[in-house]
Amino acid sequence: MTPRDLDPTLKRLLGSNEPEIDCDECFARLDRYVELQLAGEPADELVPGLRAHLVGCPACAEEHESLRALLELDSVS
Amino acid sequence: MSASDTNPEVSAIAAAPRVDDWHLDLHREGTRHDEAVAQLHGLLLRAARFEVFRRRGSLPQLSAVELDELAQDAADDAAVSVLRRLDDFRGESSFRTWAYKFALLEAAVKVRRRAWRDREVTLEPEHWERLAHAGPGPEDDAENEELLEAVRDGIRTALTPRQRQVLVSTVLEGVPIDVLAERLGSNRNALYKMLHDARRRLREHVAAAGFPEVNE
Repeated sequence: MTPRDLDPTLKRLLGSNEPEIDCDECFARLDRYVELQLAGEPADELVPGLRAHLVGCPACAEEHESLRALLELDSVS
Repeated sequence: MSASDTNPEVSAIAAAPRVDDWHLDLHREGTRHDEAVAQLHGLLLRAARFEVFRRRGSLPQLSAVELDELAQDAADDAAVSVLRRLDDFRGESSFRTWAYKFALLEAAVKVRRRAWRDREVTLEPEHWERLAHAGPGPEDDAENEELLEAVRDGIRTALTPRQRQVLVSTVLEGVPIDVLAERLGSNRNALYKMLHDARRRLREHVAAAGFPEVNE
């Protein structure tokens, strides 16, 4: 059995070994991360640990999705 | 004497702030500061309304007026946070993006807390004892049951009571971390660190029980 075989609940319980930043650091860097993503830059390389945090933290992940969606809306309006 | 001193049209253009420079007036005093604060609030209100509208499905009991009041409260609180932390803005993104995140955070937290306001958070959950696996197929049942037992045993024996509470409430009961933080008199960052430590301990326990792949 590989980690990929785990069902979603077990994955959320066990998390991963990937290095990640905490919620405060995520908030501090989120604006830059999203702008890099929207610019097609390698955001995960330039802001290490943020993507792994979003996988483990549903609240920060929701706020990331919202910021990205709002900026995308701004870009077309 | 430069051209801008003699030509009113050129002077007006030169005096006009760049599109994203208005926020510099937040550091000043007087009329320009007040105008910049009003512009900031408008921007934050736009973001807060956006977030409340996105999450309105979790608040079916609220009217449109009540939802807008929630957004207004979030924008007000976000304005206080932004003005308090102006010196944290380093220009690594546009000011607009930087400010938006404060309003989105305030709005998201208010929506989550409002949605859970009248719901009980079980602080001594036994949910993990009923943890069942929805695996890929019957051929994996024996190994899956061993893995599940290792996870259940890890939750029971490898975690502190508070780690168990945070892990089970947030992951298995679906309690938003901000709601749990409010009930426990803590904050999101502290609870997430506890959740992170709980997951690491649980992985170590499960790995030692014969499933090293969970710790890879």
